[in-house]
This record gives sequence, structure tokens and C-alpha cells, in this order.
Amino acid sequence: MSKPSAWDVVQTARDLERPTSQYFIDHIFTDFTEMHGDKLYGDDAAIVGGVGWLGDMPVTVIGQEKGVTLSEKARCNFGSAHPEGYRKSLRLMKQAEKFGRPVVCIVDTQGAFCGVGAEERGMGEAIARNMLELSRLKTPVVSVLIGEGGSGGAIALAVSDRLAMLENSIYTILSPEGFSSILWKEAARAPEAAELMRVTAAEVYDMGLVDDVIPEPEGGAKQNDDGAFAQQVRSYLEEQLAMLTKEPVASLLEKRYQKFRGFGKEYIVRLPQEKRKQASSSLQTLKKRPLTTEK
Amino acid sequence: MRQTASERDREELGLFSKKRKDITVQVYKTNQEANKVYQPKERVPKRKVRRPGPQDLKDERLWVKCPKCGSFLYHEDLQREQKVCPDCGYHFRLTARERIAQIADKGSFREFGRNITSGNPLDFPAYPEKLDKTREQTGLKEAIVTGKCTIEGQPCVLAVMDGFFIMGSMGAAVGEKFALAAERALKDRLPLIAFTVSGGARMQEGLISLMQMGKTAAVLGRLDDARIPYFVVLTDPTTGGVTASFAMLGDVTIAEPDALIGFAGRRVVEQTVKQQLPPGFQRAEFLLEKGFVDMIVPRAELRSVLGRLIRLHQGGKTA
Repeated sequence: MSKPSAWDVVQTARDLERPTSQYFIDHIFTDFTEMHGDKLYGDDAAIVGGVGWLGDMPVTVIGQEKGVTLSEKARCNFGSAHPEGYRKSLRLMKQAEKFGRPVVCIVDTQGAFCGVGAEERGMGEAIARNMLELSRLKTPVVSVLIGEGGSGGAIALAVSDRLAMLENSIYTILSPEGFSSILWKEAARAPEAAELMRVTAAEVYDMGLVDDVIPEPEGGAKQNDDGAFAQQVRSYLEEQLAMLTKEPVASLLEKRYQKFRGFGKEYIVRLPQEKRKQASSSLQTLKKRPLTTEK
Repeated sequence: MRQTASERDREELGLFSKKRKDITVQVYKTNQEANKVYQPKERVPKRKVRRPGPQDLKDERLWVKCPKCGSFLYHEDLQREQKVCPDCGYHFRLTARERIAQIADKGSFREFGRNITSGNPLDFPAYPEKLDKTREQTGLKEAIVTGKCTIEGQPCVLAVMDGFFIMGSMGAAVGEKFALAAERALKDRLPLIAFTVSGGARMQEGLISLMQMGKTAAVLGRLDDARIPYFVVLTDPTTGGVTASFAMLGDVTIAEPDALIGFAGRRVVEQTVKQQLPPGFQRAEFLLEKGFVDMIVPRAELRSVLGRLIRLHQGGKTA
């Protein structure tokens, strides 16, 4: 089989038969106990959170849920969370920190919800706060992007020690359709946009923005495999958490910070006084003058 | 400039003047009206403002029309009014340089990170050309200007965005410059003050832009741990990825009157909910009512309020 195009991957990532967070929760964690609500405003079904066993280790699991049946989808708002969803996840992360449990985030959303209520209740603040707190949460955090990683709604749960993407998942700054309508004023050129945006797991990995890619079976992962694929994700989580839980918290946090602090550095150009250099040649100057001016 | 008799008549008798000009009071249509967190000073009643005469109106370089009330104003006068319309209080958008000139003590601003700018991570067509063109037009290298200055004699670090540079969008360089400014504040133990104006993440840099949200949030986490005060002034418009990162993480969040502040753009929200949105939606007053900004401060008082805040936080030396 030839390499699938970016648009093929986008289609697979959105496949209705693709496993959702609930599939992974059911097949990876035992005794999963769901907890509801942000204790501030309400409960958001678009984000499922709770505690369960990963082998012999209790972990906090936070997953963005799109729903499988139509009624579930409606209840979960098709995976687009409101601020209370992010505040619930923040509450559960803090709880995990308190009890020394690692956090596993399962990312799958088209994006945070863009409605009136979401704006009224501070969508921006909810996402920003989540990222800030995750960046310094004193317990290991592993995120797995299982389908669509849509913009701010996704990165709110992806500030982690390890971020893995499933082979056919995508990570985007906005939907290829949206990108295409901004760029060419028509949504129909989304396949071209997807190509340009570098959204597939392989491309994002090449840019150095995710740590691992988890391979999927031919044709993409499916819900109805009785959890066969979930075992692959399970062994990834076990492997990573075994390493991360051994690490002292201080160095864990330092590495997490440095990872995010470094994002984009290789694409920064230091202009000479007037003339602009090409990005490639200025990489040399970068090496001579490291951007972190202070330790 | 002397007024002609007919002009004076018009003004005194109210002839030919549009009705909306009669109303110059600033109205805060919020629940907080009865219990204002911040009390703006009473507006000086009807300041004498020069009106460009017919001769001057021919020369478009001399005057500007207020987009809110339609008054014609001389650039010179407007500049003196800190670019606030003397008739209706409309806050014109400022460049980063204008903002710094209004906020920092005269001659105190020392810029750093001046030459940092973005490359082209996605090999996005025509992006480098666009950057070049924008640099030429704005005289800036990126959509944020960072540096140290004093405000009412107290040192602080400034990070001021410029909405005229590709909509103030955040790419790798904006994120980096903000992070460097925050790290400078951390090292020197000085308050960090950010002025935001942004259309969000910079599309041309794709995911790299998105990562800047995590990066700026993480660096602010360090600032928070070190108890360095971080003040944000939200100006018109602040949206998207900047709202969902460093704009909403201030210890104190100030907004300019009537500034548009939101996560999703108005049109996107309208499309999602399929209904017309109320006129004040996502405006500063709306956010004050919903509890997401600490205060709304008119531009004329911004400098003194920031000065006061720095003093109240003991210049960042509390911890």
C-alpha cells in the first residue's frame, strides 16, 4: 500500500468507527471510577475523568469523549468541551497531584466549543489555566492523542511529559477546512490545506512536537476489536509511566518545562541589523548565540 | 483656530449636529454598575476640540474620522488625547511604540530581543514576503516589542503586542520574545506587564504557533512559583490563542473600555449557535460582568493605575 495522503489520514482520524476515549478507558484501566463536575459550575460530558488501575498503579484518567451513538454524541457535544470540562480536568489533575497518582490524558476533540456560554464562562481562561497548571503539576503526565487534536482544546490536555499520537491521528491549529477558507476563501480545498499544514502523526513527529507515534493496524484502529488495539496503548502507557515515576519530581518538571520552552526555537531567526538571512543559514548564528540568555 | 460665526452658531444651537454627539457619557451596561470595582474619573464636560475646516479636510493626511461617532479630528489633537476620541471616548488602536510612549517614563524604555523574528516552519507560500512587507510597513521585526522600562519611577518589564503586524498573531518569535521577557522579569525580580492585541495564533506557522500557547503558559507558571507579579492589559482586540494563553493568566487583568476580548471569533460563534449575538458580546464590559477582568481602565488613567499596582505589589520584591 502506498503512503496515505494527509487527507486520507484526516478522514481516518474522523472515522466514526474509530475508538473514542471510552474504548480506551474500558479496555486499559480496571475499576475505573468516574468523577463528575468542576465544583464550580457544572459537569461536562465532553470530558470524562476519574481514577482507575493501570496494572498495579492507580492513575487519574482524563479523556475527551466524542461519543459513539448519536444520543451519546449529542450528550458529549461531539467532543467539544465547555470551560467547565477543562475546569473539571484541572480539579482532577490537582487531585492526582495531591495523592501522588500519575495523570493520563486522552486527547480527541475537534476543538473547544465556540458558543455563547463557553465565552461567558471564560473558555480562554480555562484552557490557559489548564496548560499553566499542567506545566508544573508535580506528578507524571502522559497524553495520548487518539483522533483529532484540534487546536487550543487539544493542547489544554497535551502539556505533558510524554505526548504520543496514534498513527492515524492529526494535530491541527484549526481544521483543514477552516485553514483553507482563510487561505483560499473556500473550504473545498481542505485536502490541499491538510497537506500544507503538516497535520499527520508522522509529520508532527518529524517537527519534533510529539515524542512517540503508536502504530495502528492496517486501515486504522476500530472500536469493535474487543480491545485488541487498546493493549498496544496500554503497554505504551505502562512503559512510559514506569520510567517517569522513577524520575525525581524536580527533574521531571525541569524536563517538561524545557520541552515546551524549546518549541519553535529552531524556527526563530535572529535578523542582522538590516538584511534578513535565510532560516537555514541563520541556524549557524543560533548555535553561536544560544537564545536562552539566562540560565 | 478661530471659528466662523456660522460654525459657532451650529455648535451652540445644535444645528446640523448629529444627535448621538449629544451623548458623551461613558455607559457601562453591566450589573456591576451599582457596585463598581473601578471608578473612572468624571469626564470633563465638552472639551473644546478643534474641527478641521473645509480647507484642511481636503488634505487627508491631517485628519482622521472616529469610527464610532464619526467626528473629524486632527491627528495632532488625537495624539495629544492619547488617541482617545474626545467626543465619544473611542479608544483608537495603538501601535506598540505609541503604547510604550504612553506608558513608560520618558526615555526609560530599553528594548531587548529586537531582532528576533519567525522563520517559515511550514514553507508556507509567500509567508517570508509577507513578513518582509509587514516589517517594512510597521518598522517592527515582530508582533511584540519587549523591553525594560520604568513606570512612575519603578522598574518593570514590558511586553507589548502590535496589532498592525499580521493582526498581532502569535508565532514562534512572539512566543519566544514573550518567554524571554518573562524570564528577564524572573531573573531581575521585576513585575511583568503585558499589553495584548491579537487575532490569535499565526496560521502560517501551523502547529508551531499552537505550541507557543503551552510555552507561554509554562513560563508564566515559573513566574507564578516565584511570586513575580504579572499584570495584563487587554486591548482591542484580543482573541484566539493569545486569549487562551498568556492574556488570561494575569495576577491582575485590566481591560481598555469596549475592547473586544474572546476565545472564538464573533463570526465563528454566530455560525456555531446560529443566532445573532447581543451588541456588547465579548466586550470588556461583558467580561467584567462575567468576572474575567479585574477592572476596566480608560487609557488616560492606565499609566497611573499601573504605577499604583506596581507600588502595591512592592515592585515585585514581596517574596
